[in-house]
Amino acid sequence: MIDLLLQNLRLLGHSVLNFVSSLGRASVMWAHAMTWCPSWDEVGLLVRQIYNVGFLSLIIIVLSAFSIGAVLALQFYTQLARFGAQEAVGLGLALVLLRELGPVVTALLFAGRAGSALTAEIGLMKTTEQLSSMEMMGVDPLRRVVAPRIWAGLISVPILTLIFNMVAIYGGVVVAIDWLGADPGGFWSGMQDVVRLWEDLGKGMLKSFVFALLVTWVAVFQGYDAPPTAEGMAMATTRTVVISSVLILASDFLLTLVMYGDF
Amino acid sequence: MRTRTLELSVGAFVLLGLVALVFLAVQVSGVDVAGQQNAYTVTARFDDVAGLRTRAKVSMAGVTVGRVQDIQVDMEWGDAVVTLEIFGEPGNLTSDTSARILTEGILGARYVSLLPGADEETLAQGDEISDTQGALVLENLIGEFLTNIGK
Repeated sequence: MIDLLLQNLRLLGHSVLNFVSSLGRASVMWAHAMTWCPSWDEVGLLVRQIYNVGFLSLIIIVLSAFSIGAVLALQFYTQLARFGAQEAVGLGLALVLLRELGPVVTALLFAGRAGSALTAEIGLMKTTEQLSSMEMMGVDPLRRVVAPRIWAGLISVPILTLIFNMVAIYGGVVVAIDWLGADPGGFWSGMQDVVRLWEDLGKGMLKSFVFALLVTWVAVFQGYDAPPTAEGMAMATTRTVVISSVLILASDFLLTLVMYGDF
Repeated sequence: MRTRTLELSVGAFVLLGLVALVFLAVQVSGVDVAGQQNAYTVTARFDDVAGLRTRAKVSMAGVTVGRVQDIQVDMEWGDAVVTLEIFGEPGNLTSDTSARILTEGILGARYVSLLPGADEETLAQGDEISDTQGALVLENLIGEFLTNIGK
C-alpha cells in the first residue's frame, strides 16, 4: 500500500520535473531565438518565412474577415433598427473588431495554420537528430531554423490583424450601407467620433503582438517536448493548436481587464 | 526568378498592411491628417461633476470646441477642478464665459457647455472660469421634490 503510494508519488514528481526542465529548455531556446538579429544574407530566410506564414495566410484571413464583418453588420443592423439607430452599426462594428475580434480571430487562425507547422518542423528535426547534427557542423539551428520562423510570426500577425480589420469593416459596409441601406454619413462619422487611435486601434495591435508571442512560444515548446514517435508528433501539433487557442482567449480576457477595466 | 516572386509577394503583403493601417487610422479612427490643432487649457471649478469623464466634449452653441482633459477634486474646498482643453489660439473666449455641465439626451453622456459673455478681456492659458454651474443630479432633484410634496 505504502509502496504503491510512494511509486505514484515518484512518478508524479518525475513528470513534474520533466515538464519544468523542458519548459526551461524551450524558454531558453525561444529567448535565444528572440535575440537573433538577421545579417544581410540571412534576410532571405526571414522573407521566405514571412511569405509562408503571412502571405499564404492572406486568403483565409480575408475570407473569414469579410464574412465576420458582414454577419456582425447584419446582426447589429436588425437589432439597432428596432430603436431607429441603424447608423450606430458603424461604431459597434469598429469597436468590436478593433478591440476584440480582429486580434483574437487572426491569432486563432494563425495558431491553426502556422503554429502547428512550427511544432511539426521542430519536433521532426529533434526526432531525427537534425538539431544535434547541425550543431556538430557548427551551424546554430536556432539561428537557421527557429529564429526566422518566430520573427516571421511576430511580424506577420500584427499585419494580418490590420488587414483583417480593414476587410471586416469593408464587409460591414457592404452589408449595412450597400445592401440594407444605412446612411453612409452617419455610419462613418459615428465611427470616427468614438474610435480612438491609441485606445482602440493601438491597444488592439498590442493584443495581437502578445498573442503572436504566446503562439510562437507554445509552438516551439511543444515541438521541443514532443515524444520522438509519429504518434507523439501528431499529439504535439494538436496540443499546439489547443493550448495556444486557450491561452489566446484567456490572455485576451486578462488584457481586456487591464486595458479597459475602468475601476 | 523564384526569389523575386517571393520578395514581391512579401513586399505586397507589407504594403497591404500599411494601407490597412492608414485606412484604420484615417477613415475609422478619424485622425486629422493635417496635424493636431492648436489648443490651450483653462480650468473651471464645479460643485458637482456627477459622471463627467475625461475626454468628454466641451461645446459652445452645440459645436464641439474642446475636450475635458483632467478632473481633480480639491479636498480643501470640496469641489471639483476640471481642466478644459480648448481648440484654437488663446483669445477666443471672453473672461466672463460661463460653464455648465449638461447631459446629452436624458441618459446620455455628460459634457461641458460654454456660454460666451460680453467682456472685452479674454481667457489666457491656465485661466479659471469663475461662473460655473454643476451637473443636475437626478437623485437630488427627486429628493427635493419629495420633501416639498411632504410639506
